[in-house]
Amino acid sequence: MIFRRKKKLKPVPPKPVPDGLWLKCDKCSNILYRKELEKNLSVCPKCGHHFRIPARRYIQILTDGFEEFDKNLSPANPLNFREYEEKLRKDQEKTGLKDAIVTGKAKIGPHTVALGVMDFFFRGGSMGSVVGEKVKRLIYYAMENNFPLIIVGASGGARMQEGILSLMQMAKTAATLAEFHENGGLFISVLTDPTMAGVMASYASLGDIIIAEPGALIGFAGPRVIQQTIKKELPPGFQRAEFMLKHGMVDIVVPRQKLKDTIVKILDFFSNEKH
Amino acid sequence: MAKYLDFEEPIVKIENRIKELELIKDEAGVQEELDRLRAELQRLYREIYASLTPWQRVMLARHPDRPYTLDYIKLMTEDFIELHGDRRFGDDPAVITGLATIDGEKIILVGQEKGRTTRDKIVRNFGMMHPEGYRKALRVMKLGEKFHRPVLTLIDTPGAYPGIGAEERGQAEAIAYNLREMASLRTPIVAVVTGEGGSGGALGIGVADRVYMLENAFYSVISPEGCAAILWRDAAKAPEAAAALKITAQDLLELRVIDGIIPEPLGGAHRNPKETADNIKKVVLDAFRELKKLPPDELVRKRREKYQRMGVINIEDTQNTPN
Repeated sequence: MIFRRKKKLKPVPPKPVPDGLWLKCDKCSNILYRKELEKNLSVCPKCGHHFRIPARRYIQILTDGFEEFDKNLSPANPLNFREYEEKLRKDQEKTGLKDAIVTGKAKIGPHTVALGVMDFFFRGGSMGSVVGEKVKRLIYYAMENNFPLIIVGASGGARMQEGILSLMQMAKTAATLAEFHENGGLFISVLTDPTMAGVMASYASLGDIIIAEPGALIGFAGPRVIQQTIKKELPPGFQRAEFMLKHGMVDIVVPRQKLKDTIVKILDFFSNEKH
Repeated sequence: MAKYLDFEEPIVKIENRIKELELIKDEAGVQEELDRLRAELQRLYREIYASLTPWQRVMLARHPDRPYTLDYIKLMTEDFIELHGDRRFGDDPAVITGLATIDGEKIILVGQEKGRTTRDKIVRNFGMMHPEGYRKALRVMKLGEKFHRPVLTLIDTPGAYPGIGAEERGQAEAIAYNLREMASLRTPIVAVVTGEGGSGGALGIGVADRVYMLENAFYSVISPEGCAAILWRDAAKAPEAAAALKITAQDLLELRVIDGIIPEPLGGAHRNPKETADNIKKVVLDAFRELKKLPPDELVRKRREKYQRMGVINIEDTQNTPN
């Protein structure tokens, strides 16, 4: 018996997701109403996936008031690295930031803290001289005023285009935290997706308390590099916040909706003032 | 049997010719030819090694005959007792730690070891440390602090190991903690980059009062291959990346990241490991002599301030800083 083959069905092209009102969840692929998603703090209402958000948005979510510091610090091109300045300019236009971290004094509930928030949308949140310097200054500000220090991490690591100077920002921030630590300062490190490499291998790992957002990629080496090195499949959930919790590398995994409350409670606990 | 790099070829040719002629040096005219070739060899050495490209230095730093930590221990110390293990998880053979005596000076020595033979390299994991290695290193450094012995670290690693176990056991935390604790250690620390200074994996034992590099060592935030692969999607462009990243000893001295350059014998450290070791020894002992004069508080303060000054930024002239 001979069947005539039916005309091959054309694969249905994925529905184009318009830039405007709707967007697709990176994880569960459900189509989400943008406004709805934003109201939900950029957490997918269907699957709980935490979208990456810019630093300014994070500050809105976490604080009840914010005064920004060191707005006049901007990146140089110390190695004369080719195309670096164009890349910086593009990201400065895109994000409205001069570099990958916003620092300042913040009110969180009844507490005043020194707050730094990294921005993954600026050069992948990479740490160069400006990030290192702003973190250092923020730590000193916290130390001089006896404020707790909170840094929200979002970074692929050190910034390649500033070469060895970027690497030295790891030592710079860690050395400053050593002083802060000796002074009895409280440091809460919040890890969002992703917090990796040079940032994770310096200040982000040195929190007295380390909080991670669900699903955040956290670690030293990137998963692709590891896979290329070991030539084996990586276990499911590898380097995600829950994996890091299981392996003892973070204290708690807290969804974005509860992050502020959790931070306030931790600040309450360590505070000697009555609120 | 020595191994040669591409750019060393003209040298090898002459060296081989000299060896041949030495067998018949009593014959007429040979001695003159030998003298001429020897002079030519010296000239070539100077010419080639005076204008090495950054990539050529990378190749020298990775030269299979380059002296490693175990060689330096043999060449530099009168006595060495190796100490093992981090007392938490295991012993990492990618880093050697122990009690060393150098010209009567009792010091703590920490050095990455790549391994010479294939079997050694596998055991040593090519000098790529796991978290337990960083923790072992710090544990032994703290012995130096407790008993007032200075610390010498020898850096030679492609980087911290990127593997599943390393991540599970907190590679990032281990390095971060070392950075903070080395910035607080109340005893002199001198670090020497002897070969490859592979990013965070190198810095994890590299926070020091004085950091030196051997003349042909390199120290970088990312391997030239990695940088080329990311920026230009082509690892073959590593030589360009090596130049762009400014990774040579001279570059780092100009960027004020290191305190000095230790000369290598002509042709590179592997041409004369003993001379290289002697050069390192002299610089390190001089540094310890000076650093030991400082009270611990001042030592730690100066070390921290040194790192706190690092970086290059633009400061616009507006008044909105809090301090």
